[in-house]
Amino acid sequence: MLKGKGIPIFITFLVGMIMIISFFIPHKPFGDIEKISLNWYSIIAGFTMLLGVDSLIGMHFRKLKRKDENWFFSLVLILGFTATVVVGIIETVRFGTAFDDKSYFTYIYNYFIVPLQSTMFSLLAFFIASAAYRAFRARNFDATLLLITAIIVMLGRVPLGEQISPYLPKFTEWIMQVPQMAAKRGIGLGISLGALGVSIRIILGIERSYLS
Amino acid sequence: MAIATNFWIWIAALLTLAIYSFLYKDNPFYKFAEYLLVGISIGYGISVYWHNTIITKVYNPLVYDKNFLVLIPLLLGLLMFSRFFKNVSYLSRIPIAFVVGAGTGLSVPSSFEFLFKQVYATMPLKLDFGSLIIVVGVISTLVYFFFSLEHKGFVGRVSRVGITFIMVAFGAAFGYTIMARVSLFIGRIQFLLSDWLGIIK
Repeated sequence: MLKGKGIPIFITFLVGMIMIISFFIPHKPFGDIEKISLNWYSIIAGFTMLLGVDSLIGMHFRKLKRKDENWFFSLVLILGFTATVVVGIIETVRFGTAFDDKSYFTYIYNYFIVPLQSTMFSLLAFFIASAAYRAFRARNFDATLLLITAIIVMLGRVPLGEQISPYLPKFTEWIMQVPQMAAKRGIGLGISLGALGVSIRIILGIERSYLS
Repeated sequence: MAIATNFWIWIAALLTLAIYSFLYKDNPFYKFAEYLLVGISIGYGISVYWHNTIITKVYNPLVYDKNFLVLIPLLLGLLMFSRFFKNVSYLSRIPIAFVVGAGTGLSVPSSFEFLFKQVYATMPLKLDFGSLIIVVGVISTLVYFFFSLEHKGFVGRVSRVGITFIMVAFGAAFGYTIMARVSLFIGRIQFLLSDWLGIIK
């Protein structure tokens, strides 16, 4: 019985319906059931992250074992992962929580993760600009419109824009509040209609690809 | 100001330079920083999950409140690992079904809420130029994404207007993204010149 898809489909239906009903009837017993379900959801969802981590670390272990190309960097990844987890455990024992201001775990966050992540994202400024130059060269009306809007928005957000014309920041604000908002809203409506359709199909058991 | 003597500042500065070395070309320093970021980030993520979920939502209720109900999601979570054993891999469908059910169940009311709020916000309270453009923009954008009708004749012309609005929105989003990245870049340069080298205040 467990081998079939019947029970999982029923669980999806039941949990999905509880979530929907408790939104409209947030009183007992649905409110409490929703609270418990959300708690369970966050616990179970975390295990999916563990699966992902297992897959990633496993892959790099295999690369290391086979001495594949760039195996040294796989070692760096595994050591970085292990060191962070070990420091987290040690600092939890020392301070009661790894997130104490004086813990080395917080230092890892402040002096490794923050600079690395923000530098990585800032690096994208150069690549977005060069990729955009190649992709959006003003070949036709649409590409020209995109380019001009991007330039106006960029100039309107810096002091230089106000130096060029005091109307530029106001025009940028108008672009953001009116045409940009209109298209964003249209796209958002489409996305939420699509999400609604897919969610209902999954809850009713019509869409089952997630179980394969 | 003088050059930093703090060990941690040096670490952050050298890692920053290692990432920027990619602007020249792909090199071992960049790769080192890249792999290190991935390793540390997942280690940090696991620690956060352990602290915020396992300790707060499982261990504490179980040990201090004697709430044995939390053993159920723990067991369901562990069932995820049945994927690694062929003969019982079907058991992993149960926690997946729970997660998918909760996720989709949550998204139905929130999608409805979003739909109604956005439609309400689109309705003009007073008829001015801006409101009119928003109504035209929203409808024409929706028509552009409506593929049940062939984009010919009137529908084609309306969807053409939709493309124009979408291009403006993409341009604005693109400009915004570049500005955000540039401000991050300025932040990193400030860190290097101020906190590390002490050249500027």
